Amino acid sequence: MPKKLPGSKDIPAAGVTWKSATEYKTGDWRNKRPVRDKEKCTRCLICWIFCPDAAISWDGKDIHFNLDFCKGCGICAEECPVNCIEMEEE
Amino acid sequence: MTVKQHLMGINGDEAVAYAAKHALVDVCAAYPITPQTIIVEKFAEFVANGEVETEFVRVESEHSALSACVGAAAAGARTFTASAANGIELMHEVIFLASSIRMPIIMAVADRAPSGPINIHGDSTVSLAQRDTGWIMIYCENSQEAYDATLQAFRIGEHPDVQLPVMTMLDGFVLTHTLENVYLLGEKDAHKFVGRREPMMIEIDGKPVPLKLDPKTPITIGPLQLFDYYMETKLQHSEAMERARPVITQINNEWAQLTGRKYGDGYLQPFKVKDADAVLVTTGSSAGTARYVARQLRAQGKKVGLLKVRTFRPFPYKKLAKILADVPVVGVFERTHITGSFGGPLFTEVRSALYEQNTRPAILGYYGGLGGRDVTPDDFEAMYKELLKVKTTGKAPRDLVKYVTVRK
Repeated sequence: MPKKLPGSKDIPAAGVTWKSATEYKTGDWRNKRPVRDKEKCTRCLICWIFCPDAAISWDGKDIHFNLDFCKGCGICAEECPVNCIEMEEE
Repeated sequence: MTVKQHLMGINGDEAVAYAAKHALVDVCAAYPITPQTIIVEKFAEFVANGEVETEFVRVESEHSALSACVGAAAAGARTFTASAANGIELMHEVIFLASSIRMPIIMAVADRAPSGPINIHGDSTVSLAQRDTGWIMIYCENSQEAYDATLQAFRIGEHPDVQLPVMTMLDGFVLTHTLENVYLLGEKDAHKFVGRREPMMIEIDGKPVPLKLDPKTPITIGPLQLFDYYMETKLQHSEAMERARPVITQINNEWAQLTGRKYGDGYLQPFKVKDADAVLVTTGSSAGTARYVARQLRAQGKKVGLLKVRTFRPFPYKKLAKILADVPVVGVFERTHITGSFGGPLFTEVRSALYEQNTRPAILGYYGGLGGRDVTPDDFEAMYKELLKVKTTGKAPRDLVKYVTVRK
């Protein structure tokens, strides 16, 4: 949990969301991170399809893990047909 | 000067239905359950006759009833519902939710004993089990108060400083189904008193935004909040409940000016407490019987009094301590069944409130009148006599909390 968060007087009442969900980084829930062997990876994009948090992006040439939102579930590693993703302890 | 009122012979449930009619409710979602049924039936009749413009949502359960109310309230509607016992228990999840997202829904609770054994009669166990849900809670003594408190509830709950749901309790059958003379306001006077619901204003990025589902100012109501923000929202809720304290008295005074009827300070109604040797503390219709007995005992020269607790949440602990600190013996009577606890919810609140006082009365707890069992004047007389005996002998009984009106 970040040290400096707004107090009860500085957030809207009733638990109303006051910013976009993209500003609420959930990546710190992760205790394992995906690490990819770029040599082995065939860019088949199966991990991109399966990621439940849309934390894997494709720029037309390669994939990227967005660690601000990856919660470390390991589905990408499980589904990778060439086993190029390892889940490493944070 | 008070306004002209109309005397009607109606029962407690009908009184509540008339109050909801007079409150210009936008949405009513409710599911019938004994002994609340007449409220819903009567209100449905108003809707069918075109006497109100309310959208009546016929739901399949109480969980859905309150959920529909939450949705309607979030859209800015003034909402009303009513339930009892098992219905309240089924909607329990949503009861917490409604208050935590600050929806000022008004709910009448026709107090009925919980199952089992299955029972349909009066008892406060279920409503008192809602005491931690963050709602304002008002207990009514008679059908007149049921009408009065329901109309007041809209003003209290929707007050800009408060914005919390309110439940008003009326004892099953004793109030819900018993014909009484009830004074109703004229529709125009009632409308003037309740006004229209204004949505709560919240601040987002320094700008005021209504807490309302409105495409012009999109917000998310009821999102996930974890360990990082949950507690701050709870603190806000607590502060809103504290801000309700002066509002309840203010609305009670306004009501007194309008109708001539005043319920103490809105929280507590003492009767001959000042010089009393023994005082009974109780809620709801029991207060009426106890007052009758206290009056008779006074006529016989016995110094007894009564303290009716009308508002249970926020609990008036400071006011109560002030009133009871110098009373030698206090008895707390509640129509509640709690096992494994040192006294019921009212007993523990009263006892805790008095702990900070330098002088403290001896306090005895009485459970009774469960499942609709009659609590007669004789029963209250017996309680008063026991309290007076504690005063004269200076000895409290070994069992400080016990059952009355029960066969052993």
